[in-house]
Amino acid sequence: MRYSGFRVIAEALTGHNGWKPVWRDPTPQADYDYIIIGGGGHGLATAYYLAKEFGQARIAVLEKGYLGGGNVGRNTTIIRSNYLLDGNEPFYEFSLKLWEGLEQDFNYNAMVSQRGIINLIHTDAQRDAFTRRGNGMIMHGADARLLSRDEVRAMYPWLNFDNARFPIKGALMQPRGGTVRHDAVAWGYARGADMRGVDLIQNCEVTGMRIENGRIRGVETTRGFIGAKKVGVAVAGSSSKVMAHAGMRLPMESHVLQAFVSEGLKPVIEGVMTFGAGHFYVSQSDKGGLVFGGDIDGYNSYAQRGNLPVIEDVAEGGMALMPAIGRVRLLRTWGGIMDMSMDGSPIIDKTGIEGLYFNGGWCYGGFKATPASGWAFAHLLAKDEPHKTATAYRFDRFLKGLMIDEKGQGAQPNLH
Amino acid sequence: MIIHHPILGPRDAQEFVYLGDASLIDRPDGMTAGIEAFHDYLYQRSNPAGEHRELWYHEQGDRSWLVVTRNTVTHEITKVELARDVARAKGRSK
Repeated sequence: MRYSGFRVIAEALTGHNGWKPVWRDPTPQADYDYIIIGGGGHGLATAYYLAKEFGQARIAVLEKGYLGGGNVGRNTTIIRSNYLLDGNEPFYEFSLKLWEGLEQDFNYNAMVSQRGIINLIHTDAQRDAFTRRGNGMIMHGADARLLSRDEVRAMYPWLNFDNARFPIKGALMQPRGGTVRHDAVAWGYARGADMRGVDLIQNCEVTGMRIENGRIRGVETTRGFIGAKKVGVAVAGSSSKVMAHAGMRLPMESHVLQAFVSEGLKPVIEGVMTFGAGHFYVSQSDKGGLVFGGDIDGYNSYAQRGNLPVIEDVAEGGMALMPAIGRVRLLRTWGGIMDMSMDGSPIIDKTGIEGLYFNGGWCYGGFKATPASGWAFAHLLAKDEPHKTATAYRFDRFLKGLMIDEKGQGAQPNLH
Repeated sequence: MIIHHPILGPRDAQEFVYLGDASLIDRPDGMTAGIEAFHDYLYQRSNPAGEHRELWYHEQGDRSWLVVTRNTVTHEITKVELARDVARAKGRSK
């Protein structure tokens, strides 16, 4: 079924009896050409592009829980391509361009809203760094603008511009950044993949991998053995657990990142705002809630829930920037598990096992990468060579000294 | 989380800085180990879901290094040792 305004009107006039389930609930076949482990944003996008752009068939996505039940449903929905390094920026700009055409491409309303993102500047040094980053973005075809203090004040007059520690001196803006309805991304990709014959198999946890003579033969699951010529793993957060089935250790730790949403308020923040110095960022949802977050909790965790000290820290950051929110009540807090890699950048690569491919290490930046990650992973799976924007995301970059470390923190995952 | 410091008793985890897997104690010998061994030491992690031995530094306390055994799924802490004792038990001089 194709969605359109006409379809909505026609259904409204006929009692909404024509809407059908958006995807099938198939029984797994004995074997496939491609198995994607992980029915989140990246896994579903991979299956979608494998079928649509690379003309592949006999594809299954295996999901341990329900589609979109992991990090794609737990993030703060921000899209942007404001990276500095050559290994990253072309990839994220490719992703942002895919976001811009996504809804027409998969015929689903993902509420892509390019409301702009600003990174606040507090010092001369920070202005220099952001100017350099903005120039880097422009050189890779992205958009960037440096805002003066007065321009920021015209947008958000109620911010605390004269905070003694971090007075606001300006901002780096990417007007094409914004937010997307995150669940709809998973649903749109799932629907698009299903329409092209991909089997989306839920409640199917991978419990082992069958590897013979250095080659993958298939996966053991809670619904039995499923054979495959190629297996792609896209389970960021649980990457180490799944890849341990193949005897692999990864250059990453799993950490919990919390996010928060307040009660609904009248429109007050039109775009996305980051207050890096205060470890705080915020946007406002279409329902009016302030959606915000800060740092990871900082220790290895698979708990999908965080602790109170970080909530206090994030709230302090919010209050420092926006004293007006002092009496706003918090509606919900939640946590998601991040693959925190050793240089803060992801991995999309082959493994030492023939037919086994890996996609992970997204740290807390996986959501914005979803379309490009799926496209690049599908490219790697179908053609056995990396997509041109993802050539740097290799396992061996640590051995070769080719780290992509935006923050320059070194091999300390909880500081990226 | 409360970390039961072997010397100072129960302390808030906020007083500590987290480093990572306690295997970081087992640094290869720089004169004999190859680049692969150092790569594995510096970058590769087991990252288990469950019991995890990890290094915490009591920065806002007595500045000792601890080896904390903690469950990464429940956050329950079952054992706390001085990293010095752990390292010496492995034959390290300090």
